[in-house]
Amino acid sequence: MPKRYDVIVIGGGHNGLVTAAYLARAGKKVLVLERRPRVGGAAVTEEIFPGFKFSMFSYVVSLLRPEIIRDLDLPRHGLHILPLESTVTPMENGDYLAAWADHDDTRRELYRHSPRDAEAYDEYGHLMHFMAQAVKPILGMVPPDPTSFAPGDLAALFRLGKHFRGLGAERLHALVKLMTMSSADFLDEWFETDVLKATKSASGIIGTFLGPRSPGTAYVLLHHYMGELDGVFRAWGFAKGGTGALSESIASAARAFGAEIRCDAGVAKVLLRGRRATGVVLENGDEIAASIVVSSLDPRRTFLQLLEPSHLPPDFVADIKRFKFRGSSGKVNLALDGLPTFTCMPDGAGGKLHRGAVSISPSLDYVERAYDDAKYGEFSRRPYMDIVFPSMIDPGMAPPGKHVMSIFVQYAPYHLNGGWTDAQREAFGDAVVNTVESFAPGFKSKILHRQVITPVDIERITGLSEGNIFAGELALQQLFFLRPAPGWAKFATPIRGFYQCGSGTHPGGGIMGASGRLAAMRILKDGK
Amino acid sequence: MSLRTTPFHARTGPLSEGQAWRRWAGYVVASSYELSHDREYHAIRNSAALFDVSPLYKYLVTGRDAARLLDHVVTRNVGKAKVGQVLYTPWCDADGKQIDDGTISVLDERTFRMTAADPNLRWLHLNSSGLEVALEDVSERTAALSLQGPNSRAILQLAAERDLSGLKYFRLTPAKIRGIPVTISRTGYTGDLGYEIWVEAAQAVPLWDAVFETGTAYGITPAGMLALDVARIEAGLLLIEVDYFSSRHAFIEAQKSSPLELGLGWTVATDKERYNGKDALDAERLRGPTWQFTGLTVDWDSLEQLYAQVGLPPRLPTQAWRMSVPIYDPGGRQVGYATSGGWSPLLKKYLALAHLESSSAAPGTQLRMEVTVEHRRKQATAHVTPLPFFNPERKRA
Repeated sequence: MPKRYDVIVIGGGHNGLVTAAYLARAGKKVLVLERRPRVGGAAVTEEIFPGFKFSMFSYVVSLLRPEIIRDLDLPRHGLHILPLESTVTPMENGDYLAAWADHDDTRRELYRHSPRDAEAYDEYGHLMHFMAQAVKPILGMVPPDPTSFAPGDLAALFRLGKHFRGLGAERLHALVKLMTMSSADFLDEWFETDVLKATKSASGIIGTFLGPRSPGTAYVLLHHYMGELDGVFRAWGFAKGGTGALSESIASAARAFGAEIRCDAGVAKVLLRGRRATGVVLENGDEIAASIVVSSLDPRRTFLQLLEPSHLPPDFVADIKRFKFRGSSGKVNLALDGLPTFTCMPDGAGGKLHRGAVSISPSLDYVERAYDDAKYGEFSRRPYMDIVFPSMIDPGMAPPGKHVMSIFVQYAPYHLNGGWTDAQREAFGDAVVNTVESFAPGFKSKILHRQVITPVDIERITGLSEGNIFAGELALQQLFFLRPAPGWAKFATPIRGFYQCGSGTHPGGGIMGASGRLAAMRILKDGK
Repeated sequence: MSLRTTPFHARTGPLSEGQAWRRWAGYVVASSYELSHDREYHAIRNSAALFDVSPLYKYLVTGRDAARLLDHVVTRNVGKAKVGQVLYTPWCDADGKQIDDGTISVLDERTFRMTAADPNLRWLHLNSSGLEVALEDVSERTAALSLQGPNSRAILQLAAERDLSGLKYFRLTPAKIRGIPVTISRTGYTGDLGYEIWVEAAQAVPLWDAVFETGTAYGITPAGMLALDVARIEAGLLLIEVDYFSSRHAFIEAQKSSPLELGLGWTVATDKERYNGKDALDAERLRGPTWQFTGLTVDWDSLEQLYAQVGLPPRLPTQAWRMSVPIYDPGGRQVGYATSGGWSPLLKKYLALAHLESSSAAPGTQLRMEVTVEHRRKQATAHVTPLPFFNPERKRA
């Protein structure tokens, strides 16, 4: 007699695990099926080179919802978030711009570049704090459908309208600007220091196929700022043991609530009876039955791979086909014999430099040019990079005295001219290390091992379509009640008993877990 | 990273016995030089205390429209001020809510030095469009000492080799101390006879030496922020981010205050045509402010009784405190909150500075202040007392 499950969660990424944990906590019999030998999805730590642990894909925790940490008691399950406090941007003239952990230090540093920006920085931070506060309740809300007249939708829309009215004129204007402007234009309204604008704007382009001068990127700025809002709770930083340890802590919580997690168990199809999900069939042919099936995969794989399009309404299929992925980033993970010395700050500010992020975003033109390459199907010859040294924060990531270096790289377009070959991957890796070398001469000689990950590799390993790290671009037309498709943003699907819980649903993006939690809430509500 | 010590650090550093430093505007300054601040406090009221006040933000505003700009920004009438005058003034946003407070020194008709607790360069810039005015941040370039106490004049007269009896309260004069060009203003943050000495940062150390050596015979004592905090409460002088929030930093409306609510009505000009916040302040003046910032004196007998109930003599705060403490009316309704308080070693009274609903703020009104007695919250009787608590004749004489 095969075991009977209430819920099967397809995919053991962090959102799938969060959904599983919440459902198990509510007493459901839950099975998580993960295709790979380990859980985590894009939040995994792997020892690619002996003794060196890489957070292979995602590498910082910025937006993990504090209520998830509390509800699942993740610290008890091993979650330890360590502070990642500063950002240094080396400039092409040998100078640098730094944002330090200490407010006074940062002010002085900015003052060196522009006294007015030093003051504007605080006011900008104040406004963004407000904006993040304004948008945040939306992240915890099941998006109402604006075209629906259902009482629930109307009530939620009313609450939303009231919420926005309560912001006051000045902040509402700022919100509209954030929703429509490019990050470069938005930042131009505040600052005059180019390197400051470049570094700030970089967070507006992460995971998108847009440049800092593309309209709509200002919102992504805000999306990332929300992590900083929780900064006081230290939900922002680096997970001890890498992002894989974070996934493991959620898995551990899920198991503690009684969920079963099976690895090396890829799902081929969702089983249907009529328009109702009844279970799944694994890649090895095994069938497992459940009353509810939840997919944490991205919308394309959820609807076009796990199901036959003929089972779905044609206009919905068309919407899902239109949902944009356009993976634009890559990752280079390095094992190092020692820390690189950056020309702009040879003493590394007594370790502060390497304990924080190094942003390769010396000017707005630099970042925009990096985008220009990608626009025409090339990887950036001199890319934007966000570099961290996890072993400086958690010494356990590398053998004593050695280091791991994590380089997030943009742009690396999924649709590369001529396609991604091994030779292209290595050429991309060379472009990355050569660019770093130009800011830190001698760095290349310290490389013991190099792992280059292209969007095609991200897709192959994690399953994320086109290697988009957010399971679908964080573009405005793909957010909130439009994520992933109009009318289907509330975690349900046209198939009864089949739900979606991944980053491709509202609110999406980053190691946030909000999609997973909201999906679980929806499933529990529907079950009542 | 830049140095975070002041230009006097070569002297103040070795004087600090406990290496107790605190932050002020991105610098570190002494909390107290001795392990306890008591003697430093008494120097303010008894001899002369020497403070390093260099961290203040200082801006030089020059040009044909300098006075116009300042008049547009601050609430006091700068245009009417005479050369050599110093104005204490708040400044507000368009809603009449206070952004900051500081002083404006009229160095000549076209040259003003503005001090501020927070950075304000951007605010001045934003207000200066269309005006012929130059703004210079001279915060780092200008060091400042504050010499406060009954002997301060005698010491400065010797050091500057000139008679200062003609220098009136809130007036300034250029002078030389051992050949070092300085500006001496009769200002301070203690409510006592006192002076502030402004000098180029490069000359800071020789200036300190000159003042300190001259003052030794007069009991000059280097003093830190803990002592200053007691004195400024006695003097009823408010402190930004402690007694009020800058409207620029406030997260909600209720955190903002107008100068009228802060007891600074006397600094809000009625004879100026335009300045930031004028309309709101005019209307508020007509209506009467909702809040008052005033003094509270905690009744000793009441405090003694609360402690007697647990078998202890009254315990008094050993330092001035900075936190929000609820104030109730005799019926138990909360009518406000105190933001600073402490024991006055001079007046032998437990004092507090409080925001009170206007209806409960009349001098003499009996209220209650929350006190924690042996881990339990109690309420001690307190009376509304006009500010300042301490106002010696020598301050203005």
